[in-house]
Amino acid sequence: MVDVRSGIGEALPPPEVEDVELYHPHSWWTRYVFSQDAKIIAIQYATTAIAIGMVALVLSWLMRLQLGFPDTFQLVDAEAYYQYITMHGMIMVIYLLTALFLGGFGNYLIPLMVGARDMVFPYANMLSYWIYLLAVLVLVASFFAPGGPTGAGWTLYPPQAVLSGTPGGRDWGIILMLSSLIIFIIGFTMGGLNYVVTVLQGRARGMTLMRMPLTVWGIFTATVMALLAFPALFVACVMMLFDRLLGTSFFMPAIVEMGEQLQHGGGSPILFQHLFWFFGHPEVYIVALPAFGIVSDLISTHARKNIFGYRMMVWAIVIIGGLSFIVWAHHMYVSGMNPYFGFFFATTTLIIAVPTAIKVYNWVLTLWRGDIHLTLPMLFALAFIVTFVNGGLTGLFLGNVVVDVPLSDTMFVVAHFHMVMGVAPILVIFGAIYHWYPKITGRMLNETLGQIHFWVTFVGAYAIFFPMHYVGLAGVPRRYHELGEAAFVPESINDLNAFISIMALIVGAAQILFLFNLVWSLRHGREAGGNPWRATTLEWQTPETPPPHGNWGKELPVVYRWAYDYSVPGAPEDFIPQNHPTPGGASHEAAP
Amino acid sequence: MSAPLKTHPAESLPRPAGMAGLAADWASDQQTFKKVSWGKAMMWIFLLSDTFVFGCFLLAYMVARMSTTVPWPNPSEVFALEIAGTHMPLILIAIMTFVLISSSGTMAMAVNYGYRRDRKMTAVLMLVTALFGATFVGMQAFEWSKLIAEGVRPWGNPWGAAQFGSSFFMITGFHGTHVTFGVIFLLIIARKVWRGDFETERRGFFTSRKGRYEIVEITGLYWHFVDLVWVFIFAFFYLW
Repeated sequence: MVDVRSGIGEALPPPEVEDVELYHPHSWWTRYVFSQDAKIIAIQYATTAIAIGMVALVLSWLMRLQLGFPDTFQLVDAEAYYQYITMHGMIMVIYLLTALFLGGFGNYLIPLMVGARDMVFPYANMLSYWIYLLAVLVLVASFFAPGGPTGAGWTLYPPQAVLSGTPGGRDWGIILMLSSLIIFIIGFTMGGLNYVVTVLQGRARGMTLMRMPLTVWGIFTATVMALLAFPALFVACVMMLFDRLLGTSFFMPAIVEMGEQLQHGGGSPILFQHLFWFFGHPEVYIVALPAFGIVSDLISTHARKNIFGYRMMVWAIVIIGGLSFIVWAHHMYVSGMNPYFGFFFATTTLIIAVPTAIKVYNWVLTLWRGDIHLTLPMLFALAFIVTFVNGGLTGLFLGNVVVDVPLSDTMFVVAHFHMVMGVAPILVIFGAIYHWYPKITGRMLNETLGQIHFWVTFVGAYAIFFPMHYVGLAGVPRRYHELGEAAFVPESINDLNAFISIMALIVGAAQILFLFNLVWSLRHGREAGGNPWRATTLEWQTPETPPPHGNWGKELPVVYRWAYDYSVPGAPEDFIPQNHPTPGGASHEAAP
Repeated sequence: MSAPLKTHPAESLPRPAGMAGLAADWASDQQTFKKVSWGKAMMWIFLLSDTFVFGCFLLAYMVARMSTTVPWPNPSEVFALEIAGTHMPLILIAIMTFVLISSSGTMAMAVNYGYRRDRKMTAVLMLVTALFGATFVGMQAFEWSKLIAEGVRPWGNPWGAAQFGSSFFMITGFHGTHVTFGVIFLLIIARKVWRGDFETERRGFFTSRKGRYEIVEITGLYWHFVDLVWVFIFAFFYLW
């Protein structure tokens, strides 16, 4: 039963910090380009991330054309295939997902949702975006550099990453990739410090940590993780850059290249793998936790029901964040390790399933007997739940050493991580854009285009990645640009590959429809009003839509309740905004 | 846009002591760390992140040193100097360490004088700190050139494992960069203190925000951190 009680928010503490002084822009340039407003920075982040993401999408088309029809198209040779796979992976994981969730949604939603006027350091926040843009430009530059971008695989494993057999290894590719990552991390740190301090120190009166929307919890925890995990990638990139440029041997063992003994010797390639995955595994949850948070809010809002087990949801986010730092070597089972380590990392990996399952159950229980509105955000949220469960289940397979070793270098792994950290978070991003676009622009996105976009994307993603599991189980290795004459692979796999490729093109085309919708609705969308979803959280209670510079007008909001007071018995409407002091008003919020 | 209405801060509600107080802070609204300014909170979290950077550098170095199959050059011998005919192991590093730790002392004094609103003394002490820092970097440059003259390179050295040179240049270089940035910050803040920016509420050139004497303490946090990191580098690289 829900805990309905009354009289909360009576002992409201006095304000503890002075209202912030904001930088007030005086020109078009400081208002829209070199803007210190988190909302503008968020849009800049999101636009850049989506733009570079489109590049990665096109790369995936080219790869799928090659895999599906190896004899028809001669677009992609082995070298180009490696380059595309590397750039596709790196762009999607770092420059799209991380940047969009933390830089995009983080910047837009954190100040609004915790009732702040802006991030705590708007200037550093602005720098964060411009350094991110620089990182993207350096990355893009590698497409035009001699030798092209690096083809080392998105994990950039040495020694092959810096040798001549790999595209870009002895050219500019790997140098630009490593430099771009280093720049990205520097830029992200500036933004990340902002997000964390804003959540910890910049909340509105009455906004306790345990009243924050789960979106903020997800983004906050992910940012803390990123601040602790990116250093490992930073160090790995610096060291590999030295291996490549100065001839050091951090990661380079004694090695013969093209019949010639290299000067390197004594380095440890496994060391790179440890550093990379100490970053790489938390990175999965840096992408997943904001998605978890956002989807919780979408489900609660569009099912008109309070989130089930709010406290458990918060603790599950925090525990997943903590556990994700001690599971990294499950990416390295095939690299070989002491069996006891394998045992340890398999155990910790499977333990993560517990808080994750708590979250999934709570989402389902939130839906149970809810007043489910099948709006676009809700459709995407539902699609996320099933997709995440699918991807999570194959994760249980791959978390076990004995099952992982034979599957590790097959398309099964590709299917697994595309389901769990590709499709699932992207579905949340779509849902979130459909949900918050009215607040950002004041207009609704077109419903018909959105429905087409949703169904093609959702069904199409399954058509792509379900068969891919089977392709992997049949033994098709990943990172091969064509199968050639592989006796162990049945003929029918080729048909399946062609089918997957066609579906990939169709799903890709649907994304262009989505982009068109984003632009078209800017002018022609239905007027949204301030709170079209009748949601409780603070960003929907701003005096103006889109929220102006400083967000709140003269008075900062005061928070009287948690973010999930939907369908409270006795309330005049089926939602009570967080800043609404109903006299004697009931709430679902649990007693502290 | 009109300036937002100022809402004046008041003392927060009375809080219990000890662990109950900690729990109350985390359960409270507005601020988790009461009376900790945004700038200070940011610096602490940044330093936590930076700790992971140095931690990874040092761990990588330790992996290289423990897994090497060729001898590791003896740091006591490599970093020895002949002074007035006496062979003194690690003497330069000892002086560098002394200088850096002394600079932490002058930094702490600068913070104290800053909160007493003693402009001149604060600025002078910050300049002394910066001078110590610059001396440290200068001695490091001397150490680098001496080693380079003796044939130490990132890719090899005359005495053993190539990773000795690579780790040395990478870790001390990264730390030296931190010290150099610290010196630059110290000079900038010292100038602001000297000019009285924090009395006149002059706005920052980039951020257009008013500064406060607290920035001296925040710079001090960074400086002490860089000093602390050096202690670890000293212990793990030179004394091991």
